Amino acid sequence: MVNLTIDNRPVTVEDGATILDAARQLNIRIPTLCYLDLHELKMVNKVASCRICSVEVAGRHNLAPACATPVAEGMEVTTNSRRVLFTRRRLLELILSNHPFNCLICAKSTDCELQALAWEFGINTKRYHGEETSFPIDKTSGALKRDPDKCIMCRRCETMCNEVQTVGALTAYGRGFNVIVGPAEMKPFVDSNCTYCGQCVSVCPTAALTGHGYIQETWNAIFDPTKTVVVQVAPAIRATIGEEFGIAPGTPVTGKLVAGLRRLGFDAVFDTTFGADLTIVEEANEIIQRLTTGERLPILTSCCPSWINFIEYQFPNLKYMPSTCKSPQQMTGTIAKTYYAQKIGVKPEDIVVVAVMPCIAKKYEARRPEHETNGVRDVDYSITTRELAKMLKEGGIDLRFMDEEEFDNPLGESTGAGVIFGATGGVLEAALRTVYEKVTGKELTNVDFTAVRGLTDVREAVIDLGGRQLRVAAGSGLGNARKILENVEKGTSQYDVIEIMACPGGCINGGGQPYTRDRLDMIQLRTQALYSIDARSAIRKSHENPSVIKLYEEFLGEPGGHKAHELLHTEY
Amino acid sequence: MPRVNPKPQERVLPPETYAELDAFIAALHLDREDERRKESLIQVLHKAQHLFGFLPEEVQLHIADAFAINHAEVSGVISFYNYFTTTPKGKYQINVCLGTACYVNGAEKVLQEFEHILGIRSGQVTEDGKFSIESLRCVGACGLAPVVTINDRVYGKVQPGKVQEILEHYLVEASGEEAPVHA
Repeated sequence: MVNLTIDNRPVTVEDGATILDAARQLNIRIPTLCYLDLHELKMVNKVASCRICSVEVAGRHNLAPACATPVAEGMEVTTNSRRVLFTRRRLLELILSNHPFNCLICAKSTDCELQALAWEFGINTKRYHGEETSFPIDKTSGALKRDPDKCIMCRRCETMCNEVQTVGALTAYGRGFNVIVGPAEMKPFVDSNCTYCGQCVSVCPTAALTGHGYIQETWNAIFDPTKTVVVQVAPAIRATIGEEFGIAPGTPVTGKLVAGLRRLGFDAVFDTTFGADLTIVEEANEIIQRLTTGERLPILTSCCPSWINFIEYQFPNLKYMPSTCKSPQQMTGTIAKTYYAQKIGVKPEDIVVVAVMPCIAKKYEARRPEHETNGVRDVDYSITTRELAKMLKEGGIDLRFMDEEEFDNPLGESTGAGVIFGATGGVLEAALRTVYEKVTGKELTNVDFTAVRGLTDVREAVIDLGGRQLRVAAGSGLGNARKILENVEKGTSQYDVIEIMACPGGCINGGGQPYTRDRLDMIQLRTQALYSIDARSAIRKSHENPSVIKLYEEFLGEPGGHKAHELLHTEY
Repeated sequence: MPRVNPKPQERVLPPETYAELDAFIAALHLDREDERRKESLIQVLHKAQHLFGFLPEEVQLHIADAFAINHAEVSGVISFYNYFTTTPKGKYQINVCLGTACYVNGAEKVLQEFEHILGIRSGQVTEDGKFSIESLRCVGACGLAPVVTINDRVYGKVQPGKVQEILEHYLVEASGEEAPVHA
């Protein structure tokens, strides 16, 4: 243990702790900018490039960056002297000297860490004027938007992309004033190996990396009298969007959200959870087929488009493994423009499907060329939780004061199994509930497969299917996905079914969700919200969803049958 | 351990040059599990540029693969050093030193004269691929300022009036004669 004083207050911390750690123990707030500690994800970004956390250490002639300076016995630290405060402000002003001052029209306004610091420091003028960088904005992917002029070189995105996700799509390119962060050879994202997981967006302190917005397109569709505009909301949205309206994290707001969407002017409010149940029915059928033949095992879940991109780019030899099922977003879109269109007597081309997703990659998935039926896009626009919150606010809708309403049918009925898709392990658990009953012919009394839940890197379980031992695993975060796949390749892991979600924790921590910064406890609360909805649900098995059963009877035929295959499956 | 993006990349550079590079890399005995392997990256990039003349994407991907690192990382390192180039240079690479000593002795006018005669700007290559011009900072021969290097040859005390004469030696390609060393 090490003893030191900070602002004349004694504190004892562990060896190897930094001044910042020690200050936090005393509840002394040292401002930070580039620093980001996501230790649960094994990510700590402390490149000490911004120096905003500078403090005075007695006996040291220059100021020390608190985030990267280890404590020493007897150290005397001052965090708010005249010299410290003036230096910090000057440093910030230097960062701002090469930063656009267009906060009013910036996508990150009010969510920007640089803006918050400027406000906190009382910056009221642009003190330093000099050369300013001017790089083009990259919007090529239709999913991620990169605006290098707003980059402050904190390198959080690089750490996230290269170390946590192990995608390796980002690098610092060039040198000195002209350095810029982006894909290899400064190619546009669309030509890179970026998977669009959006975790770089989650950690970017400014608007250098944001999602590609489709708010205006969505408004235009809503106000177009010739279009029937259908909205679908992903399972994870109900556990997070409340945060944008000051509702306590972890509070499910399903009914209020439905009411809000209806007030916004959507003609039908559907639930992607319905598509999740449909996915499970198709995927369970596929799992059982592959188990029976013993071919193409293990089977990998295919709901996460970022994960699909990852396997396509980095493990192309394993492309036969993922389930051929489309994701719930795409299934819901397809069914809305076929079955539902027939039911209401509207031509598919006159239906616009807007998907509200916790995700950046879903924007890309919606645009993949194969995702159309008879020349009509399955999903027209995919917007994030954050974008929907903005639309609700613009539309004068405050979720806190909404009465609870029900989803429209038939694509609004869902089960508890579909809802837990939003948390890591959820898809696997939902699949197990159905696979168990289909294989054994027995009723599953305890539907909770708690072994596959949680935020640990990789969870494993062996499920007894009446003699056949089913070996399953679930992991989230692409770094963990890589470990799982490498072990599968080497043959050191023998699994039958594997679920992978690209974002650590699953969709509740997706790249399109309200920003949580370093508050990983919020991920836990969001996860609990989804499991609480499941626990309270009357129906908790996807294959018992009455609307899904009816869909097969009236339209699709058999799970895995010809029509189901044509509409609900894809290839990689 | 990250892998490179395996999107198929069409190779156009000669396989025998790749073989030469591979032999060089093999001699380094890189351990793909050892973080320290990256310490050899710059050395290999040097060799590759020497062999190919430049470091286009196909060479970068090849090297990334050999090191089991991401293409982005290789690209980032190349972008940091002025010495590395991703576009082909001319057969004769003209480097005009703009270091302090050369600069005050009129190196800028020398550079302009090269640019004027060849009709290209610094950083460009002539259409026939024969000449390229770059500027650099100090070659450590300040006594000879202003200094120009063309491939491995050094020209000292170069004045704008001498530029035409220097270039003419290289233009007489068929003669097979080596250009004379000045200074």
